[in-house]
Amino acid sequence: MSSTFDQIATIIAETCDIPRDTITPESHAIDDLGIDSLDFLDIAFAIDKAFGIKMPLEKWTQEVNDGKATTEQYFVLKNLAARIDELVAAKTAGA
Amino acid sequence: MQLDYFKLIDRIVDLNIEAKTITVEAQVPQQHTIFEGHFPGFPIMPGVLLTEAMAQSSGWLLLGVTKFARMPFLAMVKEAKMRGFVSPGQLLTIEAKIEHEGSGFAVTSAKGRVGKELKCSADLTFRQIPFPDPSLRVHMDAEAARIGFPPQAMT
Repeated sequence: MSSTFDQIATIIAETCDIPRDTITPESHAIDDLGIDSLDFLDIAFAIDKAFGIKMPLEKWTQEVNDGKATTEQYFVLKNLAARIDELVAAKTAGA
Repeated sequence: MQLDYFKLIDRIVDLNIEAKTITVEAQVPQQHTIFEGHFPGFPIMPGVLLTEAMAQSSGWLLLGVTKFARMPFLAMVKEAKMRGFVSPGQLLTIEAKIEHEGSGFAVTSAKGRVGKELKCSADLTFRQIPFPDPSLRVHMDAEAARIGFPPQAMT
């Protein structure tokens, strides 16, 4: 079974036409991969469907805008993968 | 349809909040300057307007599901297919359903038919944000009344 990072890297590669081998766990979705907000909607849709979750993008964005979090916490892919794992675990625990 | 005002939906036939589906009707006008250019001797509804009609149908559905808490704005059009000509005077029936509700966005699919014949379809993505101006909400309330939006689905 592929890792969460592998799955989101594949989604990003396919959604944004970015070569898969250029996407690493350290990649920042916005700063390194140049993913804009519209493409990120597409990615969020694919991730939500693939993992059966609802990524709280608005909450994350608000936290960044309020200075309570950095974009790295949510948009560096290894961190994004960790957040997704947390959401999946929370969903499983609540099921 | 009031093409000059971009009001493409005439009435809501069915709104099912639980199933997250909507059916609307849109009467294509018999005459309009658009048809003078699109096309002379062969007037048909432009594909962009059919796409907009599907988007407006989806938008009313999203307004219903969020109880008018957020205004949907079209962000993405995928798999838009104009499958047949739609002519002046025809009654277009559009069905839309919500495929996914994300955080601050939603994805719908929509189909437009004349009679039983499928004329257009598309997958649409919307950003959903709080009403950016109170006057827009007032306008949407008036539009909701015009097209027969069920009042009980507004609050």
